[in-house]
Order: sequence, then structure tokens, then C-alpha cells
Amino acid sequence: MRTAPTGASVPGVDAPIVIQGLVKTFGSTRALDGLDLEVRAGEVHGFLGPNGAGKSTAIRVLLGLLRSDAGAVSLLGGDPWRDAAALHRRLAYVPGDVSLWPNLSGGECLDLLGRLRGGLDPVRRDALVERFGLDPTKRGRSYSKGNRQKVALVAALAADVELLLLDEPTSGLDPLMEAEFQACVREFRDAGGTVLLSSHILAEVESLCERVSIIRDGRVVEAGTLAELRHLTRTSVTAELERPAPDLAGLPGVHDLVAEGERVQFEVDTAQTGAALGVLVQAGVRTLTAQPPTLEDLFLRHYGDAPDA
Amino acid sequence: MPEVAAGTGTLLRAALRRDRWLILWWSLGISALYWSQAVGIDGLYASQAELDVAAASMGENTAMIAMAGPARALDTVGGQVAWQSSAFGAIAAGLMSMSIVMRHTRTEEETGRDELVRASAVGRLAPVLATLLAALVANVAVGTATAASLVVYPLAAADSIALGLGLTLVGLCFTGTALVAAQISASARTCYGLAGLVIGASYALRAVGDVSAPALTWASPIGWYQGMHAFSGVRWWPALLLVGATALTLALASALLQRRDIGAGLRAARPGPARAGQLLSSPLGLVWRLQRPTVLGWTAGLWLTGLAYGTIGDDVESLLGDNETTVELMTQGLADPVAGFYATALLMLALITSGFAISSALRPRAEEEAGHAELLLATIVSRRRWLASYVVVTVGGVLLVLAAGGLGTGIGYALVTGDGGAVLEYVGPALAYAPPVLVLSALARLVHGVLPRLGVLAWLPLIGAVVVMLLGPVLRMPGWVQGFSPFHHLPAIPAEDVSVGVTLALLAVATLVSFVGQFAFWRRDIG
Repeated sequence: MRTAPTGASVPGVDAPIVIQGLVKTFGSTRALDGLDLEVRAGEVHGFLGPNGAGKSTAIRVLLGLLRSDAGAVSLLGGDPWRDAAALHRRLAYVPGDVSLWPNLSGGECLDLLGRLRGGLDPVRRDALVERFGLDPTKRGRSYSKGNRQKVALVAALAADVELLLLDEPTSGLDPLMEAEFQACVREFRDAGGTVLLSSHILAEVESLCERVSIIRDGRVVEAGTLAELRHLTRTSVTAELERPAPDLAGLPGVHDLVAEGERVQFEVDTAQTGAALGVLVQAGVRTLTAQPPTLEDLFLRHYGDAPDA
Repeated sequence: MPEVAAGTGTLLRAALRRDRWLILWWSLGISALYWSQAVGIDGLYASQAELDVAAASMGENTAMIAMAGPARALDTVGGQVAWQSSAFGAIAAGLMSMSIVMRHTRTEEETGRDELVRASAVGRLAPVLATLLAALVANVAVGTATAASLVVYPLAAADSIALGLGLTLVGLCFTGTALVAAQISASARTCYGLAGLVIGASYALRAVGDVSAPALTWASPIGWYQGMHAFSGVRWWPALLLVGATALTLALASALLQRRDIGAGLRAARPGPARAGQLLSSPLGLVWRLQRPTVLGWTAGLWLTGLAYGTIGDDVESLLGDNETTVELMTQGLADPVAGFYATALLMLALITSGFAISSALRPRAEEEAGHAELLLATIVSRRRWLASYVVVTVGGVLLVLAAGGLGTGIGYALVTGDGGAVLEYVGPALAYAPPVLVLSALARLVHGVLPRLGVLAWLPLIGAVVVMLLGPVLRMPGWVQGFSPFHHLPAIPAEDVSVGVTLALLAVATLVSFVGQFAFWRRDIG
């Protein structure tokens, strides 16, 4: 007997997660403002955006913890609000800020969460506890942030599910555990699983994710493969030429040009790189350094500037 | 300022900023408790002759002495105010002090906020000193408001001031015991329990002491406060006992604090099991595991309180005398004074149990705020099942706690009277008080479902029920006002028979309200 519009399933799409025009408001705050997101089966999808952009809100709508105000949400072909418990049998979730019961041991939390997810494989559980170097006898209140995260990670990875929803799952892990986490995610994907990974760790995103969506102020401002996104950014070029290259300034796609005699430095839209190099070659190239756009550039551009910059 | 106290001023200002409304409401509420008694007495008794008659009978009433304190100068308005208010005022000041102490010390440590504060240029003792000063401000506010309202009423100034000053000091004494309790365990919940236990034990000690063993009264801070004899030949030296006890507890708290690690209790945490037992296989098992210490603590507390009532035995009968006013007041106008007294005792036990019922119904909110609900609701546990687990534990806990109170009463009674058959006599009657308690917990569940951020509202119905019970007859509240208390509709069990109709009606209301609350929870955002 629902009255408010919640995620009616989106017809004709069988991707594990399809969100269209999702709106969620808290009082006068519009946390999600027409979010579109598609996560395809078998991919690790990076979910990026500055703090407060709405990533966790979106994940909490997917978990049926929050009720959407408008838009369509399909999770594993169902309605995340109406079918929450049934859908949760097929997914596991790791929150960014894991809070454990202060007087339960880590092992107890693991078993509890596993059983409540429909049972867990004890062999897999023990292997993961070993892999992440987790001491399961400590009480919830005495775990560090990283160890609390490990408990939630092991519980999620030990579950027999097809979808992982990970909300900044590694922000407290050390580099060794980070590597272990990445290996686990790859194994999960290779076995056919799908992952939605919200993260600020760019190296992690770069090494794990096939496609990413960048969210800002509650809506997705960029989505695609990393290669596609790189294409939208600029390469920075430094060159020493045999003679000045006056045509460079008028070239479309060239920015921040600094020319000191034969030495030039500029940024060029990746799509225009060829044309710019052509001009340089005409002027005779002595030395040339071209730096491809890093992920940092990509993110800084989307995080820092106005979304339409 | 010495190094260990550096930053106290800043922390105190921050604490008072957080506590300002709390202090205001406690001050208004506690002073209103005293002041309204004065109004009530003046309103109820038209002439001194009427008051004399009532006083003579009340002064011989064991049950009222056990509940309120030693009967002194009851033929005066001031004497009545001191008698009827001081024990409950002391408990209220103790609860206020406990909550101020815990929210600024152990809770801050448990959440890690204390660490953030201590990493700045703050002395080791500064957080505790700031807490103590905040509690001092609060208790001075409470004492001043109380004294001022009575002076203005007008009652004798010196006695009014003694009543207010004693209240401040007894509040500070419980501040000291709460600070000691806050050092003992790493769990804020356990520390709350310990501090509450001290307040409850102080009340119980003086109850038994005032009735039969005066030495016990002198072991209780509430006894010292009442020993100041405000409005009956005021004496000031018992105030020194309160000051001395406060100093001692503060010294103990400071010594304990200095020898423990921040964030730790007195004992190092023992490692837990590496695997979960069978209990932790369902939401119900988890909820029971989480609530178990609380339920058992309340069960033990109610058992002891019942025991204290029970040990009054049959004294009620001989002490009630032949005054009709007393008989009517204390036995609720019933033919059998003993049964009437125990009906009042069971009502008190039920009101105390309501404290458990309401806090238990609000527990899922704490789980939501801590982020635990999110972890569980991301599994195949549905909202309905998760909340239903809390409902089951709350209802079962209420029955257990009430039964323990009834059992304690029966055992106490049997010990004193030698009537072995009485051991189980009050268990059934105590359980008959469950329906109104469940109504109050259902109202708390409604608040949790509909207004999750305003959980404190869930306590208003209990405060209302206590006010109706204490003041309803005195102030001659109209029946429809008293009718807001679900307890008002219940017959005086065991003096009167259980009314199946009333019981079923209250259960129906509890079920309906609880269901509406759960329904609202199913449909709202989590967190």
C-alpha cells in the first residue's frame, strides 16, 4: 500500500543497478537531484564524487534504507524499497563508517552478519580472516577503524552473493590490506559478480574499475570508461622548438599557453592533441614532453570546477 | 591554572552550551515538584483542623513513610512539602547529575570524542573538572529555583533555603558517585547502570531505615538530606555529611581516573569468542544478547525494591489506626488495608518498570543512530522482523521485571510474617499491572516510528502518570485528567479483583498503538 513514488522497476533493462532521475530530499536539502546510474552485470563500477555529493545517500536508497522521492530505481530487477529483504539475499554491503556493537567480538559480528545474510561458508570465512590478518576475538569497542572495516569486508566477501555495494570500504586499510582487498574484488568479478565501488582512492579506482560515474551535487556529471573520460581531459605539453610557433595560440583546444622564445608550455584538449603536435612539428621539435591526463586531473576538474566547466 | 586543569574554562562553556536546556527543564521540573505540593496542601485542606486530622493519620502510615521519609511536622504546609517532595526531589537531582556526568565523561570516551579533546592543549583532569563544574551549576540552579519558589510562596525562608541547599548538596553527592561509576567500566551503558543503582539503593536504604532500622537511613545521602529537618526545626550539620561524602567520592574518582588509561575501564577488556554462539543467529537472539544486561539489572533492582516493600509486612495494618482519611488515602479506600497498601506498592513497582519499558522501546533508535541498524537491514532481515525482535524483548522483559518485583514483595512479606505461602502471592497481581506499562512502551514505540528524533517525548506519559498518582488525589484533579494515566483505569490489585474488561482494553490500546508505531517505522527512512 505504497503512496509515495518509489523505484518502480525500469522495464527492458537487465543491468543489476539502473537508476533514472532519482531524487531524495532531506528537509530543504536536495541530496539527490535527478541521479542516473547504470551498473552493468560483471563490471566493477567506480562511484566517485566529492564529500557530500550524494554517494552514500544513493547507496542507502539502493539498500532500501531510504525512500526515494522521485525517479525509478531497479536493483537486481526488483524494487529496493519493496523487496528489500529478498534482494539483500543476493547482495552484500560494506558501509564507509563501520560501527560494530561495542560488546560483541569481531568473530561474533562476522558470524551474525553472515547468518543473517542466509548463512556463510566457514571455510571461506576463516580463509578471509587469515588473509586480512583479523583478530576475531577483540571486542567491537577496541577495534581501530581499519579493523572494523575488515570485519565488515570479510562478512561481505564471505557471503555467497552476486552484487557488492561498497561505500568507501578501504579508507582505513593499510597498503598491504588494500592490495588484498583489490585481489578479492578481482576474484569476485572474475567469478561473475558485479561491484559498485564508491571510493576516493584513485589508484584503487584506476586498477579495479572498468567504468566510473562521477557524481556532484546529487547528479552524475560524467559517466563512462576511464579511457572515454581521459579523452575529455587535457594533455600537458612542454617543448623546445627550433623557431617560434605563432600559430599555436590560435589553435582550438589549446589552453594556458606560455611561450618564452623557442620554449613553449601549454595544455591541450586530448581530442586536439594531433593538431597541436602538427604545429609543433612544423616549427621543428628539439625536445618534447607530453604528460597524459592523470586521474587526479580528471577528478580535480570535476570536483573543483563548476560541473559544466 | 595548574597544568592538569588547563582548558577547563573552555570545556565548561562547551558543556553548559550543550546542557543549557537540560538544566533549565530539570530546574523548572524539580522546583515545580516542591512548589506544587505547597499549592496542593493549601488547596486540599481548608482549615488547620483538617490538616491536623490528616497529618495525624499520615504520620502513622508506614507505607507513606517508606515511600516519602520520616514524618515530621506534617501539620504544617512546609512540613508536608518537605515530606512529600524531598525523597523524589533528591532522586530527580541524582538522575540529572548522573546524566550530566555520563554525557560529558564516559559517553565522550566511548565515542572517541574525548580523544579529540584531549589531543588539544587540555589538562588530564580538565574534562572531569569541567563536568563537575557543569553539574555544580545545574545543582545550584535546581536548589536555588526550589528555595526561591518556596520563599516566594511564602514559606519560612531559612527552612526553604535548607530544603534547596540540601537538594543542591544531595545532587552533588550523586555527581560524585556518578563520577566514580564513570571510571569503572569502558561501557557507558554499564556506568549508567552503576550510577543509577547507587541512587536506587540510597532510596531503598532510607525506606527500610525510616520504617524499621534508623541506622540504614544514615547510610543514605537521601537520609542525610531529610535529616536536615527542613520545616521541623531545621539543623544544618547533616549538610556536612553530604559535603564530606561528595569530597570523598570526588577524591576516589580522581584517584581511579589517574591510574587508568583513557577509554578503558578499571579492568582490561578480556578477549571475546572468535565465533558466535547459536544465540547470534537471528535478530531476536542479537536483541536479547544486547538487552540482556539491562533486563537482568532491572529484574534484580525490582526484586530488591519489592523485597523492601514486602518487609513492611503486616505493620501497615496496626499503624493505619482508625483515622478514615488515612485509610482512604493509603489503601485507596479499600476494606483490607494490607491489600490496599500492597496495591499501592505494586503500582509503584509498575511505574518503575515503565522506566525499563520506555527505554527498551527506544533502544532501536539508539541502534539506528549508532549505524548498527544499517548493517543489519542490509542483510535479509526485514524492517518488520528487526523491530518485532525489540517488541518481543520489551514485552518479555516487562513481564519478567514485574514478576521479579512481585516475587521480591512476596519473599519480603513471607520473611517478616513467617507466612511461607505468601512467597508467590504477589507475582500474579504484579503481572496484572503489565497492560498499562505496555501502553507506555507502545507510546514510546509510536514516538520512535513517527518522531524518531524526539525520543525524549516518550518519557512524558510516564511523568504524567507519576504526577497523577502522586498529586491527582491531593490536587483533586478531575477524573478525565487522571484518566490520561493508563494506570488510573486499573483496579487496586490485589485489594480489588482484576477486571478482565479493563485489562483487555488496555492490551488492545497497547497493541494498536504499538502497531501504528511499527507501521510508521516500516515506511520511514532509517537513521
